[in-house]
Amino acid sequence: MDKRKFAGLMAGAILVLAACSSTPSAGTGAKGPDGALVKRADIKIEVVTHGQAIDGFWGVVRNGVKAAASDMGVTVNYNAPAQESDMPGMSALIDAAVAKHPTGLVVSIPNPDALSPAITKAVAAGIPVVSMNSGSDVFKKLGILAHVGQTEFQAGQGAGERFLAAGVKNAVCFNQEVGNQALTLRCNGFFTGLGLTDPSKGKVLTGKISDPAGMQATISAAIQTDPTIDGILTLGPSVAKPALAAVQASGKTIHLATFDLSADVLTAIKDGKMDFAIDQQQFLQGYLPIVILTNYAETRNLPTGDGTGLIMTGPGFVTKDNAADVIALSAKGLR
Amino acid sequence: MATTTASAGPAPERLRTVSLTQRLLARPAAGALVIVVFVFIVFAVLSEARGSSAFLSIAGILNYVGVASQVGIIATAVALLMIAGEFDLSVGSLVGFSGIVIGIVSTVWGLPIWLAIIASMILTTGLGVLNGLIVVRTGLPSFIVTLATMFIIGGLSSVLVLTLTNITFIRIDPDLIAADPLAQLFSWKFSFVFDGATSDLYVSVIWWILIAAVGAYILGRRKFGNWITGVGGSPTAARNLGVPVARVKVTLFAATAFSASILAACQSMQFSSADIQRGGGWELQAITMAVIGGCLLSGGYGSVVGTAFGALALGMANIGIVYASINADWYKIAIGLLLLTAVVLNNWIRRRFAGLR
Repeated sequence: MDKRKFAGLMAGAILVLAACSSTPSAGTGAKGPDGALVKRADIKIEVVTHGQAIDGFWGVVRNGVKAAASDMGVTVNYNAPAQESDMPGMSALIDAAVAKHPTGLVVSIPNPDALSPAITKAVAAGIPVVSMNSGSDVFKKLGILAHVGQTEFQAGQGAGERFLAAGVKNAVCFNQEVGNQALTLRCNGFFTGLGLTDPSKGKVLTGKISDPAGMQATISAAIQTDPTIDGILTLGPSVAKPALAAVQASGKTIHLATFDLSADVLTAIKDGKMDFAIDQQQFLQGYLPIVILTNYAETRNLPTGDGTGLIMTGPGFVTKDNAADVIALSAKGLR
Repeated sequence: MATTTASAGPAPERLRTVSLTQRLLARPAAGALVIVVFVFIVFAVLSEARGSSAFLSIAGILNYVGVASQVGIIATAVALLMIAGEFDLSVGSLVGFSGIVIGIVSTVWGLPIWLAIIASMILTTGLGVLNGLIVVRTGLPSFIVTLATMFIIGGLSSVLVLTLTNITFIRIDPDLIAADPLAQLFSWKFSFVFDGATSDLYVSVIWWILIAAVGAYILGRRKFGNWITGVGGSPTAARNLGVPVARVKVTLFAATAFSASILAACQSMQFSSADIQRGGGWELQAITMAVIGGCLLSGGYGSVVGTAFGALALGMANIGIVYASINADWYKIAIGLLLLTAVVLNNWIRRRFAGLR
C-alpha cells in the first residue's frame, strides 16, 4: 500500500471514529422558561455510570440519556469505566467530570465505599448531583439531591412473593456477576420473599454472560442434581434464554422469572413459557436525572419523590397480560 | 517388537525395547489424558458422595461435553498457532464480533440467515488474516499485536452494534433459523427423552471433534503439520529449509478466526440470538486448554488431541462443580490448580519419557 493511500485510509478511519465516538448529545434548540437562571444551551451535564453501553441493560439507560438531552436541549456527556467492577476507574471518571465544572452531575453508586470520596468532592464543589440506578440507601447521606432507581432488595422480594404465591417451594437465584452488591441484594430479597429466614442460605448459581452454553449446562446440572427445584430467578435477560432452554429440556414444571426485559424474554412471557419479568424502567433512570438537573439549574425546582428524594422507577412486573405491548419498544432499546 | 539379546553391552538404539507405557507416555497428549481421568474421578466421587449420580448419567455427560465443545471449537486452532510459536489474544473478541455480524445481517437488515453466516465467516476470517499479516510484516510479538486487535475488534463490535441498532442483544427469529438450510449445520441437535427430561447432543460437539480430528491429522500426517512444528521450533532453520514461514503463520491466524466464526454461528443458532459479550475472556481459556494439552508457550511442541482433552477436563470441572454441589467460586481455583498440575506433569513426562527438554 503506498503512503498516500494509507494516509487517506487513516483519515477516513479517523473521520469514522470521530463520528461514532461519544460525542456530546446536543439539543435541538429547546428553549427553557423566560427568566431562567441559565440558558439551556449553556447547560452541560456529565453522566458517569458503571454500565458500559455494550451491556443490553445500560444501552437502554444511555438511550434515555440521549433522548432527554435532545428533548431538553442541553449538552450531556456519558462516561463509564471499561470494566463494570472497576471502581477506582469510575472514581477517576467522576473526578474528571467534576473538574469540568458541569451544570450538573449524574452518577450511579454500585459501591458506596469506593465512590463516596469522589461524590463528596463533587457536592463540596457546589455541583448539583443526582444519582440513579444504584445507591438508593446512601444518596441522602452523601448530599445528593435525588435518586432515580429501584430498590434492589424490595424488587427481589417482590419476585419471591410472587413465586411463593405460585406455590414454589425450592427456588434458585442465578447471579451472572458475583461481587455486584445490587445483584446480591436481589437474590437476598428474593429468598426473603420466599420465606427463608436466612436469605444467605438460599441456593445461588453463577455463570458468565460470555458463555451461554455454560449457563444452560449449569442450570441443567442443578436441576438434575436436585429434582425438587421448582423455581428459577435470573438477574438479567441474557441469562433468561439459557435458563429457559434448560427448564424446557428438564420436562418439568419450573417457574421462571427474570430481572429486566429483552425481546426474547417478552416473547417467552407472552407465550406463557416464563412467569414474569421485573421491569425497573431503566430508560427513565437515564431520562429523568437530566430533566431534574435541567429544571434545578433553571428554576431550582426539585421533585421530592417519596419525601426523601427517592424517585422509584421500579419494580414493575411484566406478565402475560402486558408483555405484547412492550416487545416492539424493547427491540428498539427503549424498554 | 524387538527384544534385547542376552549378550553383554547395550543393544543398538534401533533395537531398544520400549514398553507400551513408555510409548504412550511419550505422546504429548499423555499428561492431558491423565488430567481428564483425574478430573472425571474426582467429580464422579464427589457427586456420588453428595448423593447424586447425575454426573455419570448420559444427561450429565452430554451436559459437560456440550460445554467443553464451545471453547474446544477454537482451542484446536489456538493450539496449532501456539505450536507455531504465536498467540491470538483476539480470538474471544472475534467470537463476539462474528455473532454480532450474524445478528445485524439477519435481524437488523433482514437478509437470509445463510447469507449472514457466510458474511460473518468471511469478515471474521479476514480479520484473522489481518492479524497474521500485521504479525509477519512488523515482526512484533503476536502477544502484543493481538492484544491490540482484541481491543480494536471489541470496540468495533460495540460501535457497529450501537450505531446500527441501539441494543447489544439481538434476537434472531427461531422460525427463520429452523427454515434456513445453512443454519441447520449449527443449530442441529440430537435429542432423546428419558424419564420426561430431554437430553441434547448439540452439533457444537460434532464441530469440536471434527475440527480436532482435522487438526490432529494435519499436525501429525501432513507436510503442513511439519511446517507448523518447524516454524515454532526454529523459524530461522525452517526458513532456511524453504518453509514458507509467513504463509504458515497467516494461514493459522486465519484458521483461528475462522473457528471463532464457527463457534459464533453455533452459539447464535443454538440460542437464537447474538450478544456482544459472548466469547469474552475465552482467549485465555483456549490457551489454558492448549497448555493442559501439552503445548509449550515457546512453540515447537504440542498436541491437538491433548488440547481436546484439556477442553474436556475444563468442561467437566466447570459443570462437575454444580453436580458436586460445591460453591461455583471454587471453579477458578480448580482451573488454576489443574493448569499448574498439568504443566508440571507435562514437563516431567516430556523429560522422563519423550526425551525432550
